[in-house]
Amino acid sequence: MKLTLHIWRQKGPQEPGRFVKYELDKVNEHMSFLEMLDVLNQELIARGEEPVAFDHDCREGICGACSMVINGIAHGPQRATTTCQLHMRHFKDGDVIYIEPWRAKAFPIVKDLIVDRSAFDRIIAAGGFISVRTGSAPEANSIPVPKDVAELAMDAAECIGCGACVAACPNGAAMLFVAAKVSHLNLLPQGQPERFIRVKAMVEAMEREQFGSCSNHRECEAACPKGISVSFIARMNRDYRKALWKTVEHQGGKAEGISQFRG
Amino acid sequence: MKVLSFYSTTVGKKLVMAITGLILAVFVLGHMAGNLQIYQGPEKLNHYAELLRVSMPLLWTVRIVLLLSVLLHIVAAVQVTLQNWRSRPKKYAVSAYQEADIASRTMIWGGLVVAAFVVYHLLHLTLGTAHGSFKPGDVYHNVVAGFQVPLVSLFYIVANVLLALHLYHGMWSWFQTLGFSHPKYNRARRVFATVYAVVIAVGNISIPVSVLAGWVK
Repeated sequence: MKLTLHIWRQKGPQEPGRFVKYELDKVNEHMSFLEMLDVLNQELIARGEEPVAFDHDCREGICGACSMVINGIAHGPQRATTTCQLHMRHFKDGDVIYIEPWRAKAFPIVKDLIVDRSAFDRIIAAGGFISVRTGSAPEANSIPVPKDVAELAMDAAECIGCGACVAACPNGAAMLFVAAKVSHLNLLPQGQPERFIRVKAMVEAMEREQFGSCSNHRECEAACPKGISVSFIARMNRDYRKALWKTVEHQGGKAEGISQFRG
Repeated sequence: MKVLSFYSTTVGKKLVMAITGLILAVFVLGHMAGNLQIYQGPEKLNHYAELLRVSMPLLWTVRIVLLLSVLLHIVAAVQVTLQNWRSRPKKYAVSAYQEADIASRTMIWGGLVVAAFVVYHLLHLTLGTAHGSFKPGDVYHNVVAGFQVPLVSLFYIVANVLLALHLYHGMWSWFQTLGFSHPKYNRARRVFATVYAVVIAVGNISIPVSVLAGWVK
């Protein structure tokens, strides 16, 4: 099939970007979206032009690297699918496709379609962990976890941190990401000791990165390649509300994140 | 202070918006239900109006709670909206909404129009300064004479349609913001919000329509 691509090209973080139009012939319907871009890049290299820079790694839908907004939809039109798992059979001959990077103040553009998602790392560093003694592995059955709780925690833990929720949210909010990360630990017994300081620390870290607020548009859930439910956002809101009377603030400590709540 | 540190995040601001919005929504329902007594004639409605003013401390307590709710709701709404705009400085060339509807995307605008309408409504039917023939205490006359002006009725109708749209999203959204979500009743949340919005809109809009149609005079 034949496609007309309008791709966001931007040389660097401070450079002005613009859309560049590319005509691409002989696109095979069995190609993934990224393979289609590989073919384009081969042509660009052959012509002596700069190839389009985009993030990718595993190409099997589990790493969360591939990030692009395809015709206004993060990860493209196929629901619960990452860009690398999106196949060209979902497009028609003669289609015009706009490809843009994630757009959010918290995700500055590095080059072309690549954005810096280290804001997510800083949110995780603030509370996306449990404090346990390292050493020999604990006996697997020493802490019983009900089956339905384990399943629900796994639903949240499916989050691959791709940032599609932020890209899709009209407010540029990271609520679904943070809610998934808070929930998968807060649901499990191992996450209980730090449950309320975790939610507060991670929400505050999210705010420092200047993500937007939640208007309950549910665009994040629709864009999420793992189909993570907005019910986790409700769960995080609930824990945040409870944290109001379940946390004690210590004086003096300037460290950010969970450590700030420790004596 | 602890409460302020919670309010400093957008999650905290949204909590405040959910609680104040809920207070206002309950008021709107009661206000609508009370006003439907217009269909039972002047004595009934005017008596109801007197009843509301039996205890001044109670009346002012309610008024202060409502005023504080309105102020907190608007201040938090403006704050989160400004932050949302800052969070996406560069818009997408192509935008395709998958789930967001007209109601969820117009909360701030519909809300601001409704807020402006409330100011007009108070000047029109509570204080009477924006009313051609206001008679203190004669609520029935004030309503009927007020709504006989087509432009005034039109503003009331438009404002109530926008209010219904606001409630359609808000009365679903507050569950989410306060953290009430369960597969058992999540579907019912949407039905609840829809019924709530439609009941308010139909109840309120029926009054100017009835006056204009001459059914109430």
